[in-house]
Amino acid sequence: MASENSDPRRRLTATAVKLLVAGGFGVGKTTMVGSVSEVPPLRTEELLTSASEGVDDLAGVEAKSTTTVALDFGRITISPELILYLFGTPGQDRFWFMWDELATGALGAVVLADTRRLESCFPAVDFFERRGLPFVVGVNCFDGAHRYGTEEVRAALDVDPTVPMLLCDARDRESTKQVLVTLIQHVMRNAELLPAGR
Amino acid sequence: MSGEDEAWFDEAAGPLVRPYAVTGGRTRSDQFGLELITLVVALPSVAEASALPPEYARIVRLCQRPMSVAEVAALIDLPLPVIKVLLSDLIEQNYVIFRRAAPMSEAPDQHVLQAVLDGIRKL
Repeated sequence: MASENSDPRRRLTATAVKLLVAGGFGVGKTTMVGSVSEVPPLRTEELLTSASEGVDDLAGVEAKSTTTVALDFGRITISPELILYLFGTPGQDRFWFMWDELATGALGAVVLADTRRLESCFPAVDFFERRGLPFVVGVNCFDGAHRYGTEEVRAALDVDPTVPMLLCDARDRESTKQVLVTLIQHVMRNAELLPAGR
Repeated sequence: MSGEDEAWFDEAAGPLVRPYAVTGGRTRSDQFGLELITLVVALPSVAEASALPPEYARIVRLCQRPMSVAEVAALIDLPLPVIKVLLSDLIEQNYVIFRRAAPMSEAPDQHVLQAVLDGIRKL
Protein backbone atom coordinates (compact mmCIF):
# COMPACT_ATOMS: atom_id res chain seq x y z
CA MET A 1 0.00 0.00 0.00
CA ALA A 2 2.66 2.43 1.02
CA SER A 3 4.65 1.95 -2.14
CA GLU A 4 1.64 2.30 -4.43
CA ASN A 5 0.48 5.44 -2.77
CA SER A 6 3.79 6.99 -2.00
CA ASP A 7 3.65 10.66 -2.76
CA PRO A 8 6.92 11.56 -4.45
CA ARG A 9 6.76 14.85 -2.59
CA ARG A 10 6.88 12.97 0.67
CA ARG A 11 10.61 12.81 0.64
CA LEU A 12 12.16 13.56 3.95
CA THR A 13 14.99 15.96 3.26
CA ALA A 14 14.48 18.33 6.19
CA THR A 15 17.05 18.60 8.94
CA ALA A 16 16.24 19.07 12.61
CA VAL A 17 18.54 20.74 15.10
CA LYS A 18 18.08 21.52 18.77
CA LEU A 19 19.18 23.93 21.43
CA LEU A 20 18.72 23.46 25.16
CA VAL A 21 17.51 25.90 27.77
CA ALA A 22 18.76 24.84 31.20
CA GLY A 23 18.66 26.24 34.70
CA GLY A 24 17.08 25.66 38.07
CA PHE A 25 13.47 24.82 38.73
CA GLY A 26 11.18 27.77 38.08
CA VAL A 27 13.83 30.00 36.55
CA GLY A 28 11.78 30.66 33.42
CA LYS A 29 13.00 28.02 30.95
CA THR A 30 9.59 27.24 29.51
CA THR A 31 8.80 30.95 29.40
CA MET A 32 11.92 31.54 27.34
CA VAL A 33 11.06 28.67 24.99
CA GLY A 34 7.53 30.03 24.60
CA SER A 35 8.71 33.55 23.83
CA VAL A 36 10.15 32.50 20.46
CA SER A 37 8.36 29.23 19.63
CA GLU A 38 5.91 29.27 16.72
CA VAL A 39 3.59 27.02 18.73
CA PRO A 40 2.74 27.20 22.42
CA PRO A 41 5.33 25.08 24.25
CA LEU A 42 4.59 21.40 23.86
CA ARG A 43 5.03 18.89 26.64
CA THR A 44 6.09 15.31 26.27
CA GLU A 45 6.79 12.72 28.90
CA GLU A 46 9.67 10.34 29.27
CA LEU A 47 9.27 7.47 31.68
CA LEU A 48 11.77 7.07 34.46
CA THR A 49 12.37 3.47 33.46
CA SER A 50 14.40 4.60 30.48
CA ALA A 51 17.13 5.51 32.95
CA SER A 52 18.50 2.02 32.69
CA GLU A 53 19.76 0.81 29.39
CA GLY A 54 18.31 -2.23 27.72
CA VAL A 55 15.20 -2.31 29.85
CA ASP A 56 12.80 -4.44 27.90
CA ASP A 57 9.78 -4.43 30.13
CA LEU A 58 8.62 -3.04 33.39
CA ALA A 59 9.38 -6.20 35.38
CA GLY A 60 11.60 -5.59 38.36
CA VAL A 61 10.87 -1.90 38.40
CA GLU A 62 9.26 -0.91 41.62
CA ALA A 63 6.18 1.14 42.31
CA LYS A 64 7.82 4.28 40.98
CA SER A 65 7.92 2.87 37.46
CA THR A 66 5.31 5.27 36.17
CA THR A 67 7.16 8.36 37.30
CA THR A 68 7.38 10.64 34.34
CA VAL A 69 9.69 13.47 33.46
CA ALA A 70 8.01 16.26 31.58
CA LEU A 71 9.97 17.91 28.79
CA ASP A 72 8.78 21.23 27.48
CA PHE A 73 9.87 22.27 24.03
CA GLY A 74 9.11 24.64 21.20
CA ARG A 75 9.56 24.66 17.45
CA ILE A 76 10.84 27.24 14.99
CA THR A 77 10.51 26.31 11.32
CA ILE A 78 13.46 28.17 9.85
CA SER A 79 12.76 26.88 6.35
CA PRO A 80 11.04 23.83 4.86
CA GLU A 81 14.45 22.19 5.09
CA LEU A 82 15.47 23.24 8.58
CA ILE A 83 13.56 22.96 11.85
CA LEU A 84 14.93 24.25 15.15
CA TYR A 85 13.71 22.76 18.41
CA LEU A 86 14.24 24.38 21.79
CA PHE A 87 14.12 22.00 24.73
CA GLY A 88 13.88 23.02 28.36
CA THR A 89 15.84 20.67 30.61
CA PRO A 90 14.05 19.12 33.58
CA GLY A 91 14.59 21.37 36.60
CA GLN A 92 15.05 18.71 39.22
CA ASP A 93 18.39 17.07 39.83
CA ARG A 94 16.89 13.61 40.07
CA PHE A 95 16.23 13.70 36.35
CA TRP A 96 19.89 13.86 35.41
CA PHE A 97 19.57 10.81 33.21
CA MET A 98 17.49 12.84 30.77
CA TRP A 99 20.25 15.35 30.24
CA ASP A 100 22.39 12.94 28.26
CA GLU A 101 19.63 12.23 25.79
CA LEU A 102 18.81 15.93 25.57
CA ALA A 103 22.43 16.94 25.05
CA THR A 104 23.02 14.32 22.36
CA GLY A 105 23.14 16.15 19.07
CA ALA A 106 22.38 19.55 20.63
CA LEU A 107 24.17 22.50 19.03
CA GLY A 108 24.46 24.40 22.29
CA ALA A 109 22.68 25.52 25.41
CA VAL A 110 21.42 28.56 27.26
CA VAL A 111 21.93 28.44 31.02
CA LEU A 112 19.26 30.66 32.50
CA ALA A 113 20.33 32.13 35.85
CA ASP A 114 18.21 33.71 38.55
CA THR A 115 20.38 36.00 40.69
CA ARG A 116 18.15 35.37 43.71
CA ARG A 117 19.30 31.76 43.73
CA LEU A 118 22.31 31.56 41.54
CA GLU A 119 23.36 28.18 42.90
CA SER A 120 20.39 26.54 41.17
CA CYS A 121 22.16 26.81 37.81
CA PHE A 122 25.51 25.39 39.01
CA PRO A 123 24.60 21.82 37.98
CA ALA A 124 23.79 22.95 34.44
CA VAL A 125 27.06 24.87 34.11
CA ASP A 126 29.00 21.84 35.40
CA PHE A 127 27.22 19.49 33.04
CA PHE A 128 27.85 21.52 29.88
CA GLU A 129 31.46 22.22 30.84
CA ARG A 130 32.15 18.52 31.38
CA ARG A 131 30.30 17.59 28.23
CA GLY A 132 32.09 20.22 26.15
CA LEU A 133 28.77 21.61 24.88
CA PRO A 134 29.02 25.34 24.10
CA PHE A 135 26.75 27.46 26.27
CA VAL A 136 25.92 31.04 27.13
CA VAL A 137 24.58 32.33 30.43
CA GLY A 138 21.42 34.43 30.35
CA VAL A 139 20.82 36.30 33.58
CA ASN A 140 17.05 36.48 33.78
CA CYS A 141 15.99 39.84 35.18
CA PHE A 142 12.80 39.18 37.10
CA ASP A 143 10.70 42.08 38.21
CA GLY A 144 11.91 43.27 41.56
CA ALA A 145 14.92 40.99 41.57
CA HIS A 146 18.11 42.76 42.49
CA ARG A 147 20.10 43.19 39.31
CA TYR A 148 23.66 42.14 39.56
CA GLY A 149 26.05 42.96 36.77
CA THR A 150 27.09 40.17 34.46
CA GLU A 151 30.64 40.36 35.80
CA GLU A 152 29.45 39.70 39.34
CA VAL A 153 27.48 36.72 38.08
CA ARG A 154 30.48 35.50 36.07
CA ALA A 155 32.66 35.63 39.17
CA ALA A 156 30.06 33.79 41.23
CA LEU A 157 29.61 31.07 38.59
CA ASP A 158 33.33 30.84 37.90
CA VAL A 159 32.84 30.15 34.19
CA ASP A 160 35.45 30.50 31.50
CA PRO A 161 35.95 34.11 30.34
CA THR A 162 35.06 33.07 26.79
CA VAL A 163 31.54 32.03 27.84
CA PRO A 164 29.19 34.86 26.78
CA MET A 165 27.03 36.24 29.53
CA LEU A 166 24.13 38.64 29.09
CA LEU A 167 21.17 40.06 30.92
CA CYS A 168 17.82 39.01 29.51
CA ASP A 169 14.09 38.87 30.06
CA ALA A 170 12.81 35.38 29.32
CA ARG A 171 9.32 36.72 28.62
CA ASP A 172 10.51 39.04 25.89
CA ARG A 173 10.83 37.74 22.34
CA GLU A 174 13.51 40.21 21.26
CA SER A 175 15.52 39.53 24.39
CA THR A 176 15.35 35.76 23.87
CA LYS A 177 16.33 36.22 20.22
CA GLN A 178 19.39 38.15 21.36
CA VAL A 179 20.36 35.32 23.72
CA LEU A 180 19.96 32.73 20.96
CA VAL A 181 21.91 34.82 18.43
CA THR A 182 24.73 35.16 20.98
CA LEU A 183 24.64 31.40 21.54
CA ILE A 184 24.81 30.50 17.85
CA GLN A 185 27.67 32.95 17.28
CA HIS A 186 29.49 31.34 20.21
CA VAL A 187 28.83 27.86 18.76
CA MET A 188 30.19 29.01 15.38
CA ARG A 189 33.37 30.37 16.96
CA ASN A 190 33.82 27.11 18.86
CA ALA A 191 33.25 25.00 15.76
CA GLU A 192 35.92 26.93 13.86
CA LEU A 193 38.41 26.12 16.58
CA LEU A 194 37.68 22.41 16.40
CA PRO A 195 40.02 20.27 14.36
CA ALA A 196 38.37 19.15 11.14
CA GLY A 197 36.63 15.79 11.29
CA ARG A 198 36.23 15.79 15.06
CA MET B 1 -4.94 -1.51 47.68
CA SER B 2 -8.17 -0.41 49.30
CA GLY B 3 -11.57 -1.56 50.40
CA GLU B 4 -13.89 -3.03 47.82
CA ASP B 5 -16.28 -0.12 47.95
CA GLU B 6 -13.55 2.39 47.45
CA ALA B 7 -12.42 3.26 43.95
CA TRP B 8 -8.75 2.25 43.69
CA PHE B 9 -8.14 4.62 40.85
CA ASP B 10 -8.11 8.38 40.99
CA GLU B 11 -6.50 11.17 39.03
CA ALA B 12 -3.12 10.42 40.52
CA ALA B 13 -3.38 6.86 39.25
CA GLY B 14 -3.42 8.15 35.69
CA PRO B 15 -5.58 6.93 32.84
CA LEU B 16 -7.33 3.61 33.34
CA VAL B 17 -5.91 2.24 30.13
CA ARG B 18 -2.23 2.26 30.82
CA PRO B 19 -0.13 3.59 27.94
CA TYR B 20 1.54 0.27 27.34
CA ALA B 21 -1.79 -1.37 26.60
CA VAL B 22 -1.59 0.13 23.11
CA THR B 23 1.85 -1.33 22.52
CA GLY B 24 0.98 -4.78 23.82
CA GLY B 25 3.34 -4.21 26.74
CA ARG B 26 6.36 -3.60 24.55
CA THR B 27 8.75 -0.88 25.58
CA ARG B 28 11.83 -1.63 23.54
CA SER B 29 12.17 1.08 20.98
CA ASP B 30 15.80 1.25 19.97
CA GLN B 31 15.30 -0.69 16.75
CA PHE B 32 15.58 2.42 14.57
CA GLY B 33 17.41 4.60 17.08
CA LEU B 34 14.57 7.11 17.20
CA GLU B 35 15.52 10.22 19.13
CA LEU B 36 13.66 13.31 20.30
CA ILE B 37 14.32 15.25 17.12
CA THR B 38 14.32 12.39 14.64
CA LEU B 39 11.95 13.60 11.94
CA VAL B 40 9.12 11.39 10.73
CA VAL B 41 6.58 11.75 7.94
CA ALA B 42 3.71 9.46 7.00
CA LEU B 43 3.37 8.06 3.50
CA PRO B 44 -0.37 7.24 3.47
CA SER B 45 -2.84 10.11 3.15
CA VAL B 46 -5.36 11.09 5.80
CA ALA B 47 -8.03 9.11 3.94
CA GLU B 48 -5.88 5.99 3.78
CA ALA B 49 -5.12 6.24 7.50
CA SER B 50 -8.62 5.09 8.43
CA ALA B 51 -7.71 1.56 7.42
CA LEU B 52 -5.23 1.40 10.30
CA PRO B 53 -5.89 0.70 13.99
CA PRO B 54 -6.87 3.92 15.82
CA GLU B 55 -3.57 4.81 17.50
CA TYR B 56 -1.63 4.26 14.28
CA ALA B 57 -4.22 6.16 12.27
CA ARG B 58 -3.88 9.16 14.60
CA ILE B 59 -0.13 9.20 14.05
CA VAL B 60 -0.47 8.92 10.27
CA ARG B 61 -3.02 11.74 10.19
CA LEU B 62 -0.74 13.90 12.33
CA CYS B 63 2.43 13.23 10.34
CA GLN B 64 1.29 14.56 6.98
CA ARG B 65 4.22 16.97 7.20
CA PRO B 66 7.62 16.34 8.84
CA MET B 67 7.47 16.26 12.62
CA SER B 68 9.85 15.29 15.35
CA VAL B 69 9.29 12.21 17.49
CA ALA B 70 8.92 14.55 20.50
CA GLU B 71 6.14 16.50 18.74
CA VAL B 72 4.27 13.33 17.84
CA ALA B 73 4.43 12.21 21.48
CA ALA B 74 3.25 15.60 22.74
CA LEU B 75 0.40 15.97 20.24
CA ILE B 76 -0.83 12.37 20.48
CA ASP B 77 -0.40 12.69 24.25
CA LEU B 78 1.39 9.42 24.90
CA PRO B 79 4.76 9.00 26.67
CA LEU B 80 7.83 9.04 24.44
CA PRO B 81 8.74 5.36 24.82
CA VAL B 82 5.22 4.38 23.76
CA ILE B 83 5.27 6.64 20.72
CA LYS B 84 8.66 5.24 19.73
CA VAL B 85 7.23 1.72 19.72
CA LEU B 86 4.21 2.76 17.63
CA LEU B 87 6.39 4.71 15.20
CA SER B 88 8.76 1.75 14.89
CA ASP B 89 5.79 -0.42 13.91
CA LEU B 90 4.74 2.11 11.28
CA ILE B 91 8.29 2.38 9.94
CA GLU B 92 8.54 -1.40 9.74
CA GLN B 93 5.31 -1.50 7.74
CA ASN B 94 6.59 1.26 5.45
CA TYR B 95 3.83 3.67 6.49
CA VAL B 96 6.29 6.15 7.95
CA ILE B 97 9.76 7.22 6.90
CA PHE B 98 12.23 8.86 9.26
CA ARG B 99 15.39 10.90 9.24
CA ARG B 100 17.80 11.11 12.13
CA ALA B 101 19.61 14.28 13.10
CA ALA B 102 23.32 14.46 12.31
CA PRO B 103 25.36 12.20 14.59
CA MET B 104 27.06 13.94 17.48
CA SER B 105 30.50 12.85 16.36
CA GLU B 106 30.30 15.36 13.56
CA ALA B 107 31.20 18.97 14.22
CA PRO B 108 28.24 21.25 13.61
CA ASP B 109 27.96 22.24 9.97
CA GLN B 110 28.74 25.96 9.51
CA HIS B 111 26.08 26.25 6.80
CA VAL B 112 23.46 24.89 9.16
CA LEU B 113 24.65 27.20 11.94
CA GLN B 114 24.53 30.20 9.62
CA ALA B 115 21.00 29.27 8.52
CA VAL B 116 19.92 28.94 12.17
CA LEU B 117 21.50 32.30 12.97
CA ASP B 118 19.76 34.02 10.04
CA GLY B 119 16.48 32.31 10.92
CA ILE B 120 16.54 33.49 14.53
CA ARG B 121 17.38 37.04 13.49
CA LYS B 122 14.41 37.06 11.12
CA LEU B 123 11.91 35.97 13.78
